[in-house]
Amino acid sequence: MTQPLLKVRGLTKHFAVRQGATGAKSAVRAVDGLDFDVHAGETLGLVGESGCGKTTTGRMLVRLLEPTAGSIEFQGRDITKLGRRAMRPLRQDLQIIFQDPYSSLNPRHTVGKIVAMPLEVNGVNPPGGVKARVQELLELVGLNPEHYNRFPHEFSGGQRQRIGIARALALRPKLIVADEPVSALDVSIQAQVVNLLRELQRELDLAFVFIAHDLAIVRHFSRRVAVMYLGKVVEIGDRADIYERPRHPYTKALLSAVPDVAAFGEPRQRIRLTGDVPTPLNPPSGCRFRTRCWKAQDVCATEEPPLLVREGSGQEVACHFPEPVGVGAEHVSEVAA
Amino acid sequence: MTHDAASPPYLQVDDLRVRFNTADGEVRAVDGVSFGLHRGRTLGIVGESGSGKSVTSLAVMGLHDPARTRITGGISLGGRQLVGLSDGDMRKLRGRDVAMIFQDPLSALHPFYTVGRQLVEAYRTHHPDASKAQARQRALDMLDRVGIPQPDRRLHQYPHEFSGGMRQRVMIAMSLMNDPALLIADEPTTALDVTVQAQILDLLADLQREFHSAIILITHDLGVVSQVADEVLVMYGGRAVEHGTVAQVMRGPQHPYTWGLLASIPSLHGDPEVELKPIKGNPPSLINVPTGCAFHPRCAYAMKPEPCAAQVPQLLAVQADGHRVACHLPEPERIRIYTDEIAHVGVAQ
Repeated sequence: MTQPLLKVRGLTKHFAVRQGATGAKSAVRAVDGLDFDVHAGETLGLVGESGCGKTTTGRMLVRLLEPTAGSIEFQGRDITKLGRRAMRPLRQDLQIIFQDPYSSLNPRHTVGKIVAMPLEVNGVNPPGGVKARVQELLELVGLNPEHYNRFPHEFSGGQRQRIGIARALALRPKLIVADEPVSALDVSIQAQVVNLLRELQRELDLAFVFIAHDLAIVRHFSRRVAVMYLGKVVEIGDRADIYERPRHPYTKALLSAVPDVAAFGEPRQRIRLTGDVPTPLNPPSGCRFRTRCWKAQDVCATEEPPLLVREGSGQEVACHFPEPVGVGAEHVSEVAA
Repeated sequence: MTHDAASPPYLQVDDLRVRFNTADGEVRAVDGVSFGLHRGRTLGIVGESGSGKSVTSLAVMGLHDPARTRITGGISLGGRQLVGLSDGDMRKLRGRDVAMIFQDPLSALHPFYTVGRQLVEAYRTHHPDASKAQARQRALDMLDRVGIPQPDRRLHQYPHEFSGGMRQRVMIAMSLMNDPALLIADEPTTALDVTVQAQILDLLADLQREFHSAIILITHDLGVVSQVADEVLVMYGGRAVEHGTVAQVMRGPQHPYTWGLLASIPSLHGDPEVELKPIKGNPPSLINVPTGCAFHPRCAYAMKPEPCAAQVPQLLAVQADGHRVACHLPEPERIRIYTDEIAHVGVAQ
């Protein structure tokens, strides 16, 4: 296999906090040792519930947050420790799209200025001039190029998200981190934006790290998927393996919890997890999912399961007792109370 | 699921219209909506932002600023007319006959009072003869019933000490304190994670069986509706565009807007490479609703200018019993389009 575009090893982020009346120092272990690769032109989906660390991961990838430990290699070069200046040329290749199309655009700048900003900051002078390039970008994302002089408040949520996408594309990046790019949008507008991103990926050979809590959208958009829980990847692999043949109990429970219109009327056994996700301030010992897992044994509390390929399937799973191969989601051996 | 179709529905809404005066002009938030709902049944109201789904439910609750809102039409609850009811009379019904669960329990619960105090107050408002001890016992029972562990300890805690899912359970416990016959849940699980959402939806279904209440579930999530509702009302631009059983609307939808919704949502099971078919354009402004069918500017099948851009289509019965659609296209044509073009896309597949 060719060298990956992005190679992440042991990526960790701990946020220091002070707790209680004494102000004792402790750490929120938001992301705790991630390993994954992203190849050119492919999409890796990151899914998980709130607090699993998916957004923190995305921000570290584009160096909006400093990792506590671990390494990020981009095109074979370690960029984890690069300073602001050394990072600048790489920013052209690494871009991010944010969730909230309202707070991520400066309300006092025209759309033209917003989309031109990455060109200006990086001193890029495109052939034909900045304005021509910006108008070309607006057209590419399905906006009227004549709206160059309008302000963000004159656009709807979906159109604003397109402005954010045009800005991310301005420097012809190789990798875009898309952090919940459609979750703030109405259903009919979500599909417009998802189709646009798929089209752009085909045309421009973009790689994506696609972060979302919506499992169906991640499946639709990503060929490879990583499932996160409390700062860890619990299962990673090809879309078909993760969605049709999940082996981690959490993946299985997550998939069975999604109310899916397509499954309407079909009897299916659901796995119901009890309780909430524990706090990352003090995650459970051993396997972090064990407090909600119906298969947990003593070993799960003492030994952390490594993320490994298990016999019989292609994906990597971090579980001491992975689900057997060839058992569909409708045949669950044991079900949580 | 059994209900006596011959008896009048517990809730009957007739030609409901809600208008607000704003600086920009009159907002026609709800523009002629009618439906009935029996006890023991769940109606899902589906629509995007600005479709009028929340305003419809707020009208039933009587939660409008009377100074700038005009409500016409009829809302009959257990045989009693709510439109035009005085504030005082409405207050007696609210919480007792009809209760509401909001999307964000943190802003719906009072941050300064313990959960126990708020539950007790909700009970004693409608049971003035009940002693404090009786009300406290009822609060304990309800917290226990909605699955909150150690209710006697939790009673003394403040809303911020609960997690999102537990807080939503407190809201549900509060709404059930007076055993309401109608429960309105406005996006009750939108702020929750999917595993917690599943718990709350199961809980609502269990409670409905137990209390035999009617439930209106307002949501933008068709998956949630398909899982818990018996009937679906699809709203667009302040009007009902399709109404039927879940099976009718999810498996044989006849309105182009409903098609658009189903073809916009990727499925967990279908072929992931099939392109979604989004609805073009944006939802309309309720100040300036398009003439004729409000959906016609975004509709790929509209017959323009006549009749789609000129006449408002009525919500009319189709062949299947109880299924109503507001669309000018002839029914055989709608069935053909759905089968040929929509049935293999998104969650419709």
